[in-house]
This record gives sequence, C-alpha cells and structure tokens, in this order.
Amino acid sequence: MEQILLKNVEGTKLADIKNYTAAGGYESAKKAITSMTIAQIIDEVKKSGLRGRGGAGFPAGMKWDFVPKDFKGPRHLCCNADEGEPGTFKDRELLEKNPHLLIEGMIIASYAIGAELSFIYIRGEFVKAANTLEAAIAQARKQGFLGEKIFGTDKKVDIVVHRGAGAYICGEETALIESIEGERGNPRVRPPFPAVVGVFGKPTVVNNVETLAAVPSIIKNSGQWYAAIGVPPKNTGSKLYAVSGHVNKPGVYELPMGTSLKDLIYNYAGGIKNDKQLKGVIPGGSSTPVLLPEEIGVSMDFDSLAKAGSMLGSAAVIVMDEDVCTVEESLRLSEFYAHESCGQCTPCREGTVWMTKILDRIEHGQGVQGDVELLERVSANIMGNTLCPLGDAAAMMMLGFLKKFKAEFAQHIQMKKCPINKK
Amino acid sequence: MIQFSQSAREKVEELKRVYPTKDACLLPVLHIAQKEFGYISPEVMEYVAGVVGVSPARVYGVATFYTMYNKKPVGKYHVQVCTNISCHLEGSAQIVNTLKSVLGIEEGQTTKDNMFTLSAVECLGACGFGPVVQINDDYYEQCTEQKVKEIIEGLRKK
Ligand SMILES: Cc1cc2nc3c(=O)[nH]c(=O)nc-3n(C[C@H](O)[C@H](O)[C@H](O)COP(=O)(O)O)c2cc1C
Ligand code: SF4
Ligand code: FES
Repeated sequence: MEQILLKNVEGTKLADIKNYTAAGGYESAKKAITSMTIAQIIDEVKKSGLRGRGGAGFPAGMKWDFVPKDFKGPRHLCCNADEGEPGTFKDRELLEKNPHLLIEGMIIASYAIGAELSFIYIRGEFVKAANTLEAAIAQARKQGFLGEKIFGTDKKVDIVVHRGAGAYICGEETALIESIEGERGNPRVRPPFPAVVGVFGKPTVVNNVETLAAVPSIIKNSGQWYAAIGVPPKNTGSKLYAVSGHVNKPGVYELPMGTSLKDLIYNYAGGIKNDKQLKGVIPGGSSTPVLLPEEIGVSMDFDSLAKAGSMLGSAAVIVMDEDVCTVEESLRLSEFYAHESCGQCTPCREGTVWMTKILDRIEHGQGVQGDVELLERVSANIMGNTLCPLGDAAAMMMLGFLKKFKAEFAQHIQMKKCPINKK
Repeated sequence: MIQFSQSAREKVEELKRVYPTKDACLLPVLHIAQKEFGYISPEVMEYVAGVVGVSPARVYGVATFYTMYNKKPVGKYHVQVCTNISCHLEGSAQIVNTLKSVLGIEEGQTTKDNMFTLSAVECLGACGFGPVVQINDDYYEQCTEQKVKEIIEGLRKK
C-alpha cells in the first residue's frame, strides 16, 4: 500500500506550504470547495467507509450528515488533537510533520458541515506541535486557503488552535467542548448529541486528527478507491499504528487497516527486545483489554478486535515482555484513571480509587483472599453506570488483566509478595 | 498590583476577537498568565477574572481542574517525568530515582536555589520514545540515567 498520511514526511519538510503544495497539496480542498456540493462530499466520505480514528470507530460521513440541514446560524468543527490515551502517539506525527494535510481535511469537513469557525483542540503539552500548526495556519491564510473567500469563492473557513491544559478527560468529546468554552472538562449528559447542540450551543462535529487527515485523499481519489484498502466493507483505509514498549523498533507505522498484530510486532516493529518472550499486548491504548501471545494472529481492525474481546481503540499497541508484572502495570493504569476521573459519577470517582487501593496492596504483599473477586465486583459496578466512557475504560482494562493473568494476581496474594524479580 | 505586559495585553485582545464568547478566552488567558507570572496564585486568578470578565470563583474552578496550571511556584525548570505504562516499561521509575538523587529533592519539591521542580506526570503522548521527560516546553526522549544527568548539568551551567 502506498502511504497516504505519512507519505514523504521523512525528508520533505511538508510543514512548509511550498513543499506541501508542490506535492499536490490543497488540490483536494480546492476541488471540494469549487466544484462539489455538500451532498457530494458527504456521499464520497460515506462511500469510503472511513471510520473515526479517535477510538470509537464511528463512520465519519454519517456523523457529518447528522448536523441538521435546516439549522440557521453557525456550526463548528472541532479537531480532537488531545492524544491522551496512554500508549498513543500517532497524531503528533501528523501535527508536527504534516500539519497542512490536517488543515486541508478540516477545510473540506468544515465546508461539508457548514462551519465557518473551526477549532483544533490540542493537548497543552504539545507546545511544538501547536506552534507548527499556528505557523501552517498562517501560511494557508496567506494563500487564501483559509479566511474569507477561500479559493476565490464567497465561502469562509477559519481555524483556531485551542490548547488544553493537562486533563485526559478533555479528549472525551463533550468534555472537549466544555474545555473550549472555558469550563472545567466535565462530560455532558447525552442527548442532546454534539451534532445538534455542541460547542457554544451550536451543531458541532468532533473528529480525530487522523480521521480528518484521511479526507483529502478520499476527495482526490474517490471514496471507492479508499474503500478498497484494508478489510472492506467495514474496516477500510490506511491506519496509523503506534507501537511502544518492549519492541526493537517502536514507532508509528502507516499500514492497511487489518494488518495482523503479529506482523506489526514481529515484522514492522522488529520483534521483542533482547530476544525475550512476549507476555501480553494491549492492542488499542490503555483502555483496551490485554491480549495473550496466542491471540496475536488477530487482524488489527475495529470488528476483528471486538470479536477477539478487545478493541482497536486508538490503535496504540503496548508490548510487554516476559519480565513484566501485570499487577504492577494494571496498578499504574488504575492510578492513571483514578487521577483523571473528573469526579462527576460516584462509580467512576470512587471505583477507580478502590481499584487502585486493592491493586496496591496486592502488589506490595498485603493482598488478602477474595481481593481478585473484589476487583471484579468493583469493575462490574463501574461498567455501564457512568456518564462517559472513562469509567468503562478503567473497568475494561482491569477485567482484561484479571481475565488473562488471574494466576499471577493469585500468586501475589498467596506468596505475600510480588513474585517477579524486578531489576 | 500585578499587570500583563503590553504584548500579553495585545494577545488577550486578539483572543477576544477570535472566540465567539469571552468565557472561551479563559484557558488561553491562563496560559498567558502562567508565562507572565510563573504560576497561578490567588492574586493571578483574581486578575485573570477581571481581564476575561468572569467571576474569580470560575477562574479558581478552572485553574484547579487542569494540572498544567501551577497553583504553587515552580523552579526555573519544571522537570516532568512520564511514569505511565509505556515509559514505565522502558524504565521511567529509574529515571525518577536518578533525578531525585541528582537534584536532591523528592517528587513535587523544588530545589533551594529555585532552579528545578521535579514532578511525575501521566502520559505525554510520546510513548514510543520513552522514557520521556518534559522540561518546560521541551521533550527529551529515550532518556537514560546518563542522559538525564547530562541534561541537568547542561541546564545548571546555562
Ligand atoms: C476518556 C476519553 C478520552 C478520549 N480521548 C481522545 C483523544 O485523546 N483523542 C481523540 O481523538 N479521541 C478521544 N476520545 C474519543 C472522543 O470522545 C471522540 O469519540 C472522537 O474524538 C471522535 O472522533 P472520530 O469519530 O474521528 O474518532 C476519548 C474518549 C474518552 C471517553
Ligand atoms: S465516568 Fe468518570 S470521567 Fe466520565 S463523567 Fe463520570 S466521573 Fe467523569
Ligand atoms: S506513556 Fe510516557 S509518553 Fe505515553
């Protein structure tokens, strides 16, 4: 497969608009704005089968179509560049190395939903990426690709970079909206959905960086072309896989949707470091249930991973070798969720703290008989009982580790210490 | 009385033109305030409330929600070590220990000369290049004990 998102990012300075346009950049936006109707654009994106790359895999064309056609007044597009899910570092690659591709995708999406003012919500720590984006936006404005009368038409599209300030929950789309409005990042009750009542009370579409960056290629080559890549009909296109942990070549790999996890780890990422054995893999970011070595034949796409009892999530592959203590790693993640819970729902706020306390005592040799069952109960009580999916994410992570590594948890409790010899 | 510099005031005016509501300027103005004053003290919160045109209680609520707004003074260099899963697998715990001994402080503390503050933080979104340490606006990736020692030495000499 020819690369779509990361093509030429090494070697060519694509963040400079000169190089980006020399390679045919902004031709898709021009085509969409000057020669296509909104219905045609949405239709092409629907045909492409493009599903959201932020975690949930919702079809992008359908999301855009939900914006009420008869609404009079402003609408907004928000690009989700919060990149907060532990293990995930794929969007940063695009933000720093190919910002114009994102901007071009946003111009097309903004036009398709009727948004004149759009936002990029970028995590506060990404200072370099935010500066790169600001510079790229300024260049695009100068060329007449952003601002008033873009591409010589009477249409207006502009983009504001809004920096977060250190809160994982602001990656959740309604918390993100609150955060743009200058509030604490507390998720909202749905319905109403953002497509109807979103940021500043206006119809809003929230899409991930990678989702929007795929749009120019779809407009250029057709939805049908995009839909032929990957595992049609429901898991199409190219995908950025971010591989971290105990592999020889960690990094971001753009490959067809549905590349096997085994191929990703042993071929692309160069296999396990120091010739160790694989113990487990988290396939889609910290919230997705861990897989065992015998399960890595799975195809890395939305539906196959769901069938395997996990999720594609943000496609952040976290590889753990034979020396890892799964109690310790699940404790790290549990602490993370407890820290990041916004505190609105009792099961999430209290449950994640409980989970952390129990894991901490198991890891430190103070676990008691029944702790494993207690962890299962605490997780089950969070699952499905919260306002936003952060609570579910914590529970899914926990239940995944318990299911796959129950013996190791039991061993900690029995031996009254961590049985893994730590360096 | 504290006050923004001329350039900060101009940035705020620009923000007010760009956003559809004044409230939406709050996060960016807090970022500016942190750059200007070093940290978000109660006095700064009060000042920001006046600049944006919202209540001080609202500013307090927002400033305390987000971890990047420092509510206490930090050193000239804020050394933040990612200790989340991918960095942990790559040995971030050892990096924290090394930094503690090199700086002679615990997590959450600032050196006596006000040069360094050490914090352990959650995922920084650079997980393939762990352990990751962020110092002010810069990321340092694939950190080793040797590398962080050299970085700190370099900053001390600056
Ligand atoms: C706790 C939480 C954190 C999230 N973090 C992110 C994130 O960092 N980036 C992202 O794109 N989506 C994130 N999401 C998913 C968003 O809510 C939303 O589904 C996504 O941005 C939609 O874009 P897409 O349809 O293009 O995937 C998160 C969801 C939850 C529940
Ligand atoms: S599930 Fe957790 S993070 Fe989500 S709204 Fe409830 S308390 Fe907040
Ligand atoms: S886990 Fe350290 S940067 Fe993500």
